[in-house]
Amino acid sequence: MSSSAGAHESAPAVSAPRSTSERESAVWRVLESVPDPEIPILTIVDLGIVRHVRWDADGELHVALTPTYSGCPATDVIRSSVKRALSCAGYANAIVDSVLSPPWTSDWLSEEGRRKLVAYGIAPPAESVENPRRLFGSPLVACPRCGSDATERVSEFGSTPCKAHYRCTDCLEPFDYFKCI
Amino acid sequence: MSALQRYVLRLADTSLVLGQRLGEWVGHAPALEEDLGLANVSLDLIGQARLLLTYAGEIEGRGRSEDDLAMAREGSDFLNLAIAEQPNGDFGRTIVRQCLVDAFQLEMYEALQRSTDARIAEIATKALKETRYHFRYSAGWVVRLGDGTDESHARAQKALDELWRFTMEFFVADALDDEMARAGVAPVLAELAPRWSARIDDVLREATLKRPADVPYSWHGKRGDHTEHLGYLLAEMQYMHRAYPGASW
Repeated sequence: MSSSAGAHESAPAVSAPRSTSERESAVWRVLESVPDPEIPILTIVDLGIVRHVRWDADGELHVALTPTYSGCPATDVIRSSVKRALSCAGYANAIVDSVLSPPWTSDWLSEEGRRKLVAYGIAPPAESVENPRRLFGSPLVACPRCGSDATERVSEFGSTPCKAHYRCTDCLEPFDYFKCI
Repeated sequence: MSALQRYVLRLADTSLVLGQRLGEWVGHAPALEEDLGLANVSLDLIGQARLLLTYAGEIEGRGRSEDDLAMAREGSDFLNLAIAEQPNGDFGRTIVRQCLVDAFQLEMYEALQRSTDARIAEIATKALKETRYHFRYSAGWVVRLGDGTDESHARAQKALDELWRFTMEFFVADALDDEMARAGVAPVLAELAPRWSARIDDVLREATLKRPADVPYSWHGKRGDHTEHLGYLLAEMQYMHRAYPGASW
């Protein structure tokens, strides 16, 4: 993974809370407890799909989510999980908005999220979409089990919209790769 | 119905109907990887359709949801391109159909990113990311089938010959297309044609397939004039909603 770390360190931490006000931090902590239903090791904050937390002029709390893929079936589940978590934490009237622009990119996956993916057996995105060199050839995807770079893509499509199916030719284990989009 | 709503329904219905067609492959594809691949593309298309249908309902302002628009309209109200409703046939035919439409959607979404309608622009920007790998997938398979065995080549060529006539509709602009182009909502279709053509020619050349001759006649699925196949597709897709309106679980 060391070959790709540089690209990600320089990527803007768009998913991180922008304001450190205590009121907002408390809401972000609640959101950090909401898992992604398809990759439950990740929270929705790790995934980078929480776009903002803010209060409008009427004092209503708004939490904005963006879908990873247009057809991701987890989107509706995430929405109701967020409402439930906020409600349990005392934000019963929170409004969950959906925003499409700018569209989600795998670059918004947090560093913590990338570490969790590897530990879970899923290879994280091996490059940044900002990287101009990504147009040429396939990225080097390291096997999350043995660390070998000797891997091959079985299929661009995997068990969920966000993953591709890979195989390690050293340890021979199949594994999921979190696609770069 | 406003011109904008009709236009958004055209975009939505092509994705919805094609997504439904691809969904028919679930559990039937030639290999597990392709089963997942077709299902993933189907899911993206239905997701794009949901975003567009929701918007079409909002433009109308009569409270119709994405589900109402998908599940409770009649066939003649559907404004999808006629190619989207054509039967799957064998895997080769499905892939050829997909490649022709993917290449078209690539050009459309690329252009619609600059739509003067902000909502269409943001949906297109999102959808474009997905359409890029849809095309990579379908074009890759067209090449493998065309440049594969005699059998796969013959089947791919036959599918191409039979489906080509439906591609005329992509670029024949009608009054609605013209109106949307003038408003800056949509691109001028004729300007997309050469780019689509070049993209398809590249794939066909590598696939050793012969580009069929254009035909003078164009279907008008986008005006609601459909082939017989749409009715059967809708009967299956809408059955549950019509039998149990508003059911949820």
